[in-house]
Amino acid sequence: MLNYIIRRLVMLIPVLIGVSIIAFSLMHLIPGDPARSMLGEKATEDQLELLREELGLNDPLAVQYGRYVGKVIKGDLGESVKSGVPIAEELASRLPATFELSIFAMGVAIVIGVLAGVIAAVKQYSWFDNISMTGALFGVSMPIFWLGLMLIWVFAVILGWLPPSGRLSLDVELETITNMYLLDSLLTGNWEAFADAFKHLLMPGLALGTIPMAIIARMTRSSMLEVMRQDYIRTAKAKGLAKFLVIFQHALKNAFLPVLTVIGLQFGYLLGGAVLTETIFSWPGVGRYVYLSILGRDYPVVQSTILVVATIFVIVNLITDILYKYIDPRISYD
Amino acid sequence: MSKKLLWSLFSVMLLVLLVVAGCGGDEGASSDDSGDDTNTSQNDNTDNSSNDSSSSDSSSSDNSDDKKTLVFGRGADSVSLDPSKVTDGESIYVTNQVYDTLVRYEQGNTEVKEALAVDWDVNEDGTVWTFKLREGVKFHDGTDFTAEDVVYNFERWTTSGEYVYYGYMFGASEDDPAGIIEKVEALSDYEVQFTLEEPNAPFLQTLAMPPFAIASPDAIEEYGDDYGNHPVGTGPFKFVEWLKDDRIVLEKNPDYFGQVASVDEVVFRVIPDNSARFMELQSGTIHIMNGMNPQDIATAENDANLQIIRRPSMNVGYMAMNTSKEGPMSSKLVRQAINLAIDKDKLITLYEGIGKPAKNPMPPSLWGYNDDIEDYGYDPEEAKRLLAEAGYGDGFTVELYTMSNPRPYMPQPKLMAQAIQQMLGEVGIEVKIVMNDWDTHLAKTENAEHDMAFLGWTGDNGDPDNFLYVLLDKDNAKVGSAGNIAFYKNDEVHDLLIKAQTEMDQEKRTEYYLQAQEIIHEDAPWLPIAHTTPPLGVSKKVSNYVPHPTGSEPFNYIELD
Amino acid sequence: MSAEVNTSGNPKVDTKKAKSSSLWLDSMSRLLKSKTSVIGLLIILTLIFTAIFAPYVATHDPTEQDIFNRYAAPSSDHWLGTDELGRDIYSRIVYGSRISIQIGVIAVGISMVIGVLLGIVAGYFGRWIDNIIMRFIDILMAFPSILLAIALVAVLGPSLTNAMIAVGIVGVPHFARIVRSTVLSIKETEYIEAARASGVRNGEILFRHILPNSMAPIIVQATLSIGTAILDAAGLSFLGLGAQPPKPEWGAMLSDGQAALQTAPWVIMFPGLAILIVVLGFNLFGDGLRDALDPRLKQ
Repeated sequence: MLNYIIRRLVMLIPVLIGVSIIAFSLMHLIPGDPARSMLGEKATEDQLELLREELGLNDPLAVQYGRYVGKVIKGDLGESVKSGVPIAEELASRLPATFELSIFAMGVAIVIGVLAGVIAAVKQYSWFDNISMTGALFGVSMPIFWLGLMLIWVFAVILGWLPPSGRLSLDVELETITNMYLLDSLLTGNWEAFADAFKHLLMPGLALGTIPMAIIARMTRSSMLEVMRQDYIRTAKAKGLAKFLVIFQHALKNAFLPVLTVIGLQFGYLLGGAVLTETIFSWPGVGRYVYLSILGRDYPVVQSTILVVATIFVIVNLITDILYKYIDPRISYD
Repeated sequence: MSKKLLWSLFSVMLLVLLVVAGCGGDEGASSDDSGDDTNTSQNDNTDNSSNDSSSSDSSSSDNSDDKKTLVFGRGADSVSLDPSKVTDGESIYVTNQVYDTLVRYEQGNTEVKEALAVDWDVNEDGTVWTFKLREGVKFHDGTDFTAEDVVYNFERWTTSGEYVYYGYMFGASEDDPAGIIEKVEALSDYEVQFTLEEPNAPFLQTLAMPPFAIASPDAIEEYGDDYGNHPVGTGPFKFVEWLKDDRIVLEKNPDYFGQVASVDEVVFRVIPDNSARFMELQSGTIHIMNGMNPQDIATAENDANLQIIRRPSMNVGYMAMNTSKEGPMSSKLVRQAINLAIDKDKLITLYEGIGKPAKNPMPPSLWGYNDDIEDYGYDPEEAKRLLAEAGYGDGFTVELYTMSNPRPYMPQPKLMAQAIQQMLGEVGIEVKIVMNDWDTHLAKTENAEHDMAFLGWTGDNGDPDNFLYVLLDKDNAKVGSAGNIAFYKNDEVHDLLIKAQTEMDQEKRTEYYLQAQEIIHEDAPWLPIAHTTPPLGVSKKVSNYVPHPTGSEPFNYIELD
Repeated sequence: MSAEVNTSGNPKVDTKKAKSSSLWLDSMSRLLKSKTSVIGLLIILTLIFTAIFAPYVATHDPTEQDIFNRYAAPSSDHWLGTDELGRDIYSRIVYGSRISIQIGVIAVGISMVIGVLLGIVAGYFGRWIDNIIMRFIDILMAFPSILLAIALVAVLGPSLTNAMIAVGIVGVPHFARIVRSTVLSIKETEYIEAARASGVRNGEILFRHILPNSMAPIIVQATLSIGTAILDAAGLSFLGLGAQPPKPEWGAMLSDGQAALQTAPWVIMFPGLAILIVVLGFNLFGDGLRDALDPRLKQ
């Protein structure tokens, strides 16, 4: 197992190098003088030259790349051109917001998705199966930005139950520790803040979680069906319920393996989908940060943020793979 | 199995958490720092400003529940809190709270009253101004305010072209960095004297403009390039923290020399989407919002908890045509044709009742407005004829640059662009819309990248000079820092505007401005669109709120229930 | 949901790699027996019909503004109401179908051509070529797809064309992987070995023998990708990074209508529904195709 993990970690290195090359070259492919597009307005030729020097834009690309990677390894992600604030600092405050949203969305997706999938499989062809699988079909086809707006329309505009934007009401005080407000309010025992943060999470979480939920439900159902069709399960079922229950657990466990892979992949989808969701719900996370930076042509921010998000995605996938192997030791990896 | 399953789910979460912790290595540390001042810690993280919040937090009592916080919701963040370097209203709004100028405007109009200066004098030919300064004023960093500080600030503004407003208002340029101000001297600790190269009629009005706020020299030296993130002035509110694209927090200055604020804290929150911002207002989480969707005004008026307060009109929204660009835009006939091709009544509909059509580059509320000018009117046939005459009978393609977010003088720029695209399409001009966020838009238009561009102007000081000279004089048509984004250069207009600037007699000045407007109308560097009375959505909890025609006002008079 | 959908993980049909056309016929009849795939097919046909006959289906010019009649509620004149510039929403949705088809075909075309080429080359030649290509694919897949598309558009500049290119590039890895694994399985079959032994050139083997036999999974993937491509491109347009005004692209329509969420919800409701239904159509049909062509592909 340990060997496997180490080997996978080593294999990660070329991928991460590739990712950094792509993130780096994307932002350097932009036509025109980056210094000019960054300073734009009142920049004099002196200021431009100064910035070029500062950013090392006069060096060959390879040198620039090497320097960039060198800095990143030391934890220096560069600075925002617009605000001058170090990007690492900005991300430190925004990543937890995005993680809170993604984890919440994924939690909702897993709980509802797995539950619906299992029930649908067990009660195949029942009304529940029909309705939940039709729902899942709509779910995978859902434009989540539209769903988000519709949720706002119904729950914020018409019913007025949920806040349309932000993470916490302004009059609610919360001491921040991890910057994930649900967790922070639990840690500090601040129930008012917990309820408020939860209310703020509901709509964006649901919007973001819809597609993974639908995919997980479908995947759970089909892999459950496959496992349950195997002989020993049928036998167990025939022999009596108690035995069946025991084996059912076994079935679910096996069925969970493909679901786990989906969950890992969908986590990456969440990080991407967060751009849309966070924009609609004014959620101060990484997605909105990237989006605003693209609009504002703050390219160092875009470059470093994409690098960080991709790295997280790669690591999450690695974790999923390791878990996969851990749960199912029969699978051997060469 | 279920135990195992749960456990593995849990470990996924845990690992993810570890990743977070790993990524935000230094974040944990700084959160700890700000843990000391829990009562000031905002809901959001405070990591990038923990120093400021802890140092400025002296009132560390537990009665945070009684703290009156006024929340102002807006569509875009400030660019910088160094007012001498910015031209955008969102920056000025905040700096107007933090700083004072030598003189300030009265509430609701542009009459000048004392502020950092308590008395002033001008010699007969209008070239030497002497100000007596207020004694005992301290900057927020605790240093004393003296005449030397005024000198320091004015000298700083002559050191670079970055101080845009100084250039606009005092005619400074690269060759003449100080412009019309020959020298600024401290006669004593509390007396400062300005010597001008030539008389300048709007001088006193100009000094009241927020960009000419007096900043703490110590702070400027200390923060250097980063000063724009750490503003220190003498104003009714002190800067606490700034979370980019999210909020700026100010607290009241209990030692303010003028009226001490009634609210304890002011928060400027950025909520980009107009509808979302309005919903926040409805739900009571913000108290004042600007940039209302016009269609939300009626909703607000019918809401028992809300009121609409209209800012007095002193602005103009326009579409500038880049006369310096080779091709159709440099042709007067084409520009006139474009004016004729636009159905202004239709455009005004997109203002949904908050705007009146404009025909001149300055608002009718100002003296010197030329009401005899007849607008071009809507005549697409005549427009086509002019285009043919100019040699563009077959049409052409132009780019229309527009900002993505609403401005007070243009609540729905994207729609305006599409409407104009349609109207010009009908006379054979194909319009390509180029949309950018606000600061990029400013940068690109100042850089003369556009053929046509939307922009607008809210008057700073109530003088026609502040419209005509800033927006249409050749002095301000410098690529890279232009206020005149039509890059309109007409020597006749320039002569008139300069004469009006140096003439102290208002009747003669009026005459010059009337003439200048006629020439501008004929040359048509702009499509003037509208003058608005921008609506502010205000909670009924807020009283004594008087919006200022210049676009921003200090909040120290506001009461909050 | 009909019984056929249970083919999800229930391979009723044995899959032999037969090369006769009867396989296709069998598949088609299986496909048409599935209620859901027929619904999907109907949605797609309606979309195509609408796009072709847009001028007859629409009631108004999609870009014609009626500024004095903005945000009109649905009525007999404007079936789905009017938008922020008084344009007829129904007609805009009708014309928008053309853009959606364009996005689907072009974006997926890009993914398919590049992906299939990479997949075939990697699978057929193996060794270091395979290694290089697949590592490149791994790297592309390390980015969350929407984020990569957004970054690409940021580089290329916001426009519908660039959005299609970005969405197309993001879709390449799926095709490459699927094709590569199919090629790997076909490569070892006797008749390919025989062809190779008798000295047929690589190019001919690739395009005359291997490619036609990989068609089934490619077609399935393409159908399913069209739905995703339309969703992603609409998302980009929603963010202002895709179609530019006055194009009646559905995502852009949604984005422009946001301001009227409180007063005129129909402006955003209907374009979103259109996206949902069309994407659903492609997903239903794609699922059906997969089950019909090769149930084993479903995983």
